[in-house]
Amino acid sequence: MSARGTVVIDTERCKGCELCIPACPPRVLSMSEHSNVKGFHYPELAAGCTGCTNCLMVCPDFVFEVYRFETSVR
Amino acid sequence: MSHDSTIAPTEVPLRRVGSFKPDLLQTENHGLCPGCGHPIGVRIILEVLQEMNLANRSICILGHGCYGTFQSKLDIESILSLHGRSPAVATGMKRMRPDCAIFTLQGDGDMVSEGLAEVMHTAARGESVTCFLLNNGVFGDTGGQMTATTVVGQRTKNTLEGRNPTYHGHPIPIAEIVARMPGVAYVARGSVHAAPDTVRTRRYVRKAFEHQMQGNGFTLVEMLTMCPTGWFVPTPQGPNYLNETLQKVYPLGELRDIRAEKNGTPLHR
Amino acid sequence: MALKLLEGSEAIAEAALAAGLKFYSAYPMSPSTELLEHLARKLPERGGVCVNADTEIEGVMMAIGAATVGARSATGSTGQGVALMQEAIAEAALTELPLVVFTMGRAQQDYFQSTRGGGWGDYRTITLAPKDVPEAVEHTQLLFHLADKYRCPCILLGDNILARTQIGVDVQPLEFPSLPPKEWAFDGASGGTGRAKSLWSWGIGKENNLAEGGVDGHWKRVAAKFKHIEAAEQRFDQGFVDDAELLVVSFGTAGKFVEYIVRELRAQGQRVGYFRPVTLWPFPGAALERASRAARKVAVFELNAGQMIEDVRMHVTDRSKVVAIGDISTDEAGINMGSLMSAPPIRERIRNALQEIHA
Repeated sequence: MSARGTVVIDTERCKGCELCIPACPPRVLSMSEHSNVKGFHYPELAAGCTGCTNCLMVCPDFVFEVYRFETSVR
Repeated sequence: MSHDSTIAPTEVPLRRVGSFKPDLLQTENHGLCPGCGHPIGVRIILEVLQEMNLANRSICILGHGCYGTFQSKLDIESILSLHGRSPAVATGMKRMRPDCAIFTLQGDGDMVSEGLAEVMHTAARGESVTCFLLNNGVFGDTGGQMTATTVVGQRTKNTLEGRNPTYHGHPIPIAEIVARMPGVAYVARGSVHAAPDTVRTRRYVRKAFEHQMQGNGFTLVEMLTMCPTGWFVPTPQGPNYLNETLQKVYPLGELRDIRAEKNGTPLHR
Repeated sequence: MALKLLEGSEAIAEAALAAGLKFYSAYPMSPSTELLEHLARKLPERGGVCVNADTEIEGVMMAIGAATVGARSATGSTGQGVALMQEAIAEAALTELPLVVFTMGRAQQDYFQSTRGGGWGDYRTITLAPKDVPEAVEHTQLLFHLADKYRCPCILLGDNILARTQIGVDVQPLEFPSLPPKEWAFDGASGGTGRAKSLWSWGIGKENNLAEGGVDGHWKRVAAKFKHIEAAEQRFDQGFVDDAELLVVSFGTAGKFVEYIVRELRAQGQRVGYFRPVTLWPFPGAALERASRAARKVAVFELNAGQMIEDVRMHVTDRSKVVAIGDISTDEAGINMGSLMSAPPIRERIRNALQEIHA
């Protein structure tokens, strides 16, 4: 599996709304078993991110920062 | 703060394609509910203003609602004004400062319930201001009561059995009404419930500001936003509820564009 | 001095323009309508804007918008129309925006509204009540100065006699002490700098520059400002008070009639004096108290069921001296000054008050 991009997730700011999960086209986001200080579950990233920024676009809480690699990585 | 669970090596060259927040927002922290659509709409507006280099000549007039919390967070000159009255305030500002990008940020309770007269008269006067309507069909800030845009059948705190037209009347489609008035340059309705919709909404916002800066007349961009709290739905169901309920009554797309009329090009639907 | 025959409304319009009025928005309502008509014609000629508002609320809110971007702006109506603007006037006060409101009353039943206000919060308005057109010309210009100086709403309380009397008047622009530039006014330029300007009646400011003390801090500062204005801006007019056994208190147009009758009675040897609050707020209470000390009776003449008399009773040391000699009086239509606003009935009421003292 290769990744064309990656995200940085501010897990402490997340309110567990889960809107990013279905928004991610390659489905590489899933909600963690863990909770943050506020008590919310937050998303975790699996391999295969394309850096499309969909998650950032639908997130109400500014949780994502999105990067694209200059070349794909494995 | 961050938890990066990718397995990518850190020495790979990369570029940032999306920041946590727009530059014109002073803080990412707001107290709005999980799954609220309003911050998504605010993000879109601020990013367009930045893109169009309008930040240093914009003035925002916020109405009263959950989105009012952004008054202290926008790095844009802003005033929070009386419920429903923002379009009138915008009028006075634009007449004195036609060079500024003057826009209102209002909810459906603010614009269509309390402020129906103000938005219609401002549209009729053809003031080159831009009104943004964050429409979630409830008075969210007071806990989720019905507004003039609550759809028939929608359950709210004071329509627990669902809005009944015989007792509660029908919703008012302000965008459709304003779209047919002379003096109006551009009206569009977008949504923030899915990523492609946020992209379309962004284009509508940009066009609205373009029309304003050209002095073409009144512009209105409505954004359907999620309010899972007010809708009594689990947070992840917000986008679904919007899609299946509000969007059926308030179809998305451009409703008026005098530039398209002049050029004979079709409206975006 | 070059006198020109103008109706009161036109003189007030010219005075506002002399003061630098750039924006007016109002809804027609008698007897303020002529002021709108004059400004609709004159403002565009002088580089300003007059918007014909579709509601009173729109009128005041558009004026507030213009004020926010630093323009001298105003709205106007009669008391029943200003009634709709109460929320907006309070909002302007708490947001600290300058605004001039022309309340052209019908008779004199707008005193409570013009001094207490029906909006929410700890706010006041600086309210001036001219006795005639030349005074209104001065007061109009003064109010634009005070509104900017203190960043608050100011009311000119007139009436239909003031609005519609045609009189020879010379509208001279008055000089006022210069004011600092409006640093708080919006023009968009601070956007994107990290220091964008903020205005709100709750005053909290921007996230990275929060106002001290939060919402309470803001409201307390505004309240303190009005306390300061209260001490600094009282104005009054008085005559023959030192040995008056009867002091007649009145405001606005009534003051002109009362002064006329008092002078006439003085010439006949009667020990009568007059006191006229010029600022209805801040009410010149201390001056009234001093003026009323010698008097055995303080007679309040106003065309209403007793409004200013409450302020009179609050300040005159011996409340039992205070009597009402006015009454509600409008014409048959209820929209113009009634027959009580004329010399014969006023003379009779003042004479009766004197007789009661001598009895």
